[in-house]
Amino acid sequence: MAAISREEVAHLARLSRLAVTDQEIDLFAGQLDVILQAVARVGEVVAEDIPPTSHSVPLTNVLRDDVVQPCLTPEEALAGAPDAEEGRFRVPRILEEEA
Amino acid sequence: MSDVFHLTATEIAARDASGDASATEITQAHLDRIAAVDDRVHAFLHVDAEGALAAATAVDERRAAGEELGPLAGVPIAVKDIVATKGVPSTAASKILEGWRPPYDATIVTRMREAGLVMLGKTNLDEFAMGSSTEYSAYGPTFNPWDLSRIPGGSGGGSAAALAAYEAPLAVGTDTGGSIRQPAAVTGTVGAKPTYGGTSRYGLIAFSSSLDTPGPCARTVEDAALLHAVLAGHDPRDSTSIPQPVPDVVGAARRGASGDLTGVKLGLVREFSGEGAEPGVMAAFHDAVDALTKLGAEVVEVSCPHFEYALPAYYLIAPSECSSNLARFDGVRYGLRVGDDGAKSLEEVMSLTRESGFGPEVKRRIMIGTYALSSGYYDAYYGQAQKVRTLITRDFTSAFEQVDVLISPTTPFVAFPLGARTADPYQMYLADLYTIPVNLYGGPGISVPCGLSEGLPVGLQIAAPTLADDRMYRVAAALESAIGTLTPGELS
Repeated sequence: MAAISREEVAHLARLSRLAVTDQEIDLFAGQLDVILQAVARVGEVVAEDIPPTSHSVPLTNVLRDDVVQPCLTPEEALAGAPDAEEGRFRVPRILEEEA
Repeated sequence: MSDVFHLTATEIAARDASGDASATEITQAHLDRIAAVDDRVHAFLHVDAEGALAAATAVDERRAAGEELGPLAGVPIAVKDIVATKGVPSTAASKILEGWRPPYDATIVTRMREAGLVMLGKTNLDEFAMGSSTEYSAYGPTFNPWDLSRIPGGSGGGSAAALAAYEAPLAVGTDTGGSIRQPAAVTGTVGAKPTYGGTSRYGLIAFSSSLDTPGPCARTVEDAALLHAVLAGHDPRDSTSIPQPVPDVVGAARRGASGDLTGVKLGLVREFSGEGAEPGVMAAFHDAVDALTKLGAEVVEVSCPHFEYALPAYYLIAPSECSSNLARFDGVRYGLRVGDDGAKSLEEVMSLTRESGFGPEVKRRIMIGTYALSSGYYDAYYGQAQKVRTLITRDFTSAFEQVDVLISPTTPFVAFPLGARTADPYQMYLADLYTIPVNLYGGPGISVPCGLSEGLPVGLQIAAPTLADDRMYRVAAALESAIGTLTPGELS
């Protein structure tokens, strides 16, 4: 049985902000199914009482001293942006326009 | 073998220091070599000839002024294009970052420059370091100098191929699941993944933050150790950087080169005894184990029962972290923007930008990660993978109570023909079968050439306990002293 349907792939693409084509959905559905069935093998391991590891280095609350350090100028920060205006990143419309 | 570009970093540094050659001459020789062969190898995405010659001139001037310079001053180096280099294009081999010039250097690049290393340019990789063949680069594949119809490994195929084609004596790589070690193995070069946290991630374009580790690539173990010493060390800009001294990897490599391994215990992992590996790879590996035994090492079989779940756990953890990390490519702050016609919303522009800017493997991994992190699946996939990571770490800890290092082939197969594994993505993932457990554990691992199979290089992996990077260099140098370096035929 397939682990993932065509509809689920389309849903994942929407969540991932990928405007995939219908052909891609067909291709990815098959490929993701193979991958998900393979990785689902982690479920064979009995691990109820095992703590999870998110990180191999046991460091917590790493803070730096609260001192002013050199940083990018606004011009440097905006230099790679696709669009900028008045020292800010310009973005496409976020809200629906009022009728 | 009299050309300047055949010299190792150690030999170049000696010539520079003695005044036999200038950094400028050495750099020009490598730029000429790149110009002569890179149309066939395609190791580089960007060659910075002007920047390299300026850096070389600066080294020559400092030396002429009587300044005391580090052991790698004036040595050329290639840098994987997933590392931010100020003012020099850094694309991660993705269309989404085409033409982006970072406003800052990664910490490892700053250290490299301060040590007087001369950056020649940026090397090819699988897009965002996701792949094992460099075929997933958005700018076309790199070709293996041993056989131009075959892959150079991945994701750091460009850095490894640049070494094997004598375009650079040193290179920088990053290793998330084997991206330094597997390319080293299939190109007959040396590649080391330091202890996670031993080298700074600041300025790396993030793929999987709990696994990404930059490290050295070279043609000899001593060269790799010298570069390791330059790159490693605590960095306050990386909150996972380990605030401890770097082990003496250079001293260990030199000690190992004497070829004496008396008293060293090597662990052979029972679960990696050859299932799924090519017979020729296993034959070369076993010959190398015999050679190590002759040097005085003792071989002990150890069991790591959870290693068989490392690949599935990795392909949940890494895509999960990638789906989060790559959310930053939204068409707002840097790189590509598609479909901004004034009518479309931010979300539509974002989706069109990401659709157009990411290649198929990156999309697959983002979607796998999104799936594994979604409510209802989190416990069974991502959560369970993190528990398996704990068990794999425990396997390593208990193995290192019995032995000093673990050894295995680096990858199950020699360099495969281009196109052989792209149709079935999971077949590609198997290239990292033996390297991935080391990343999940977080310790250091090195691949060193151990022989040939079908005329193609085979690598042997040495894994050591966390923060015992020196130990793997000692064993690697000893193996190199017994087997020698591997040299491909001249590029036709």
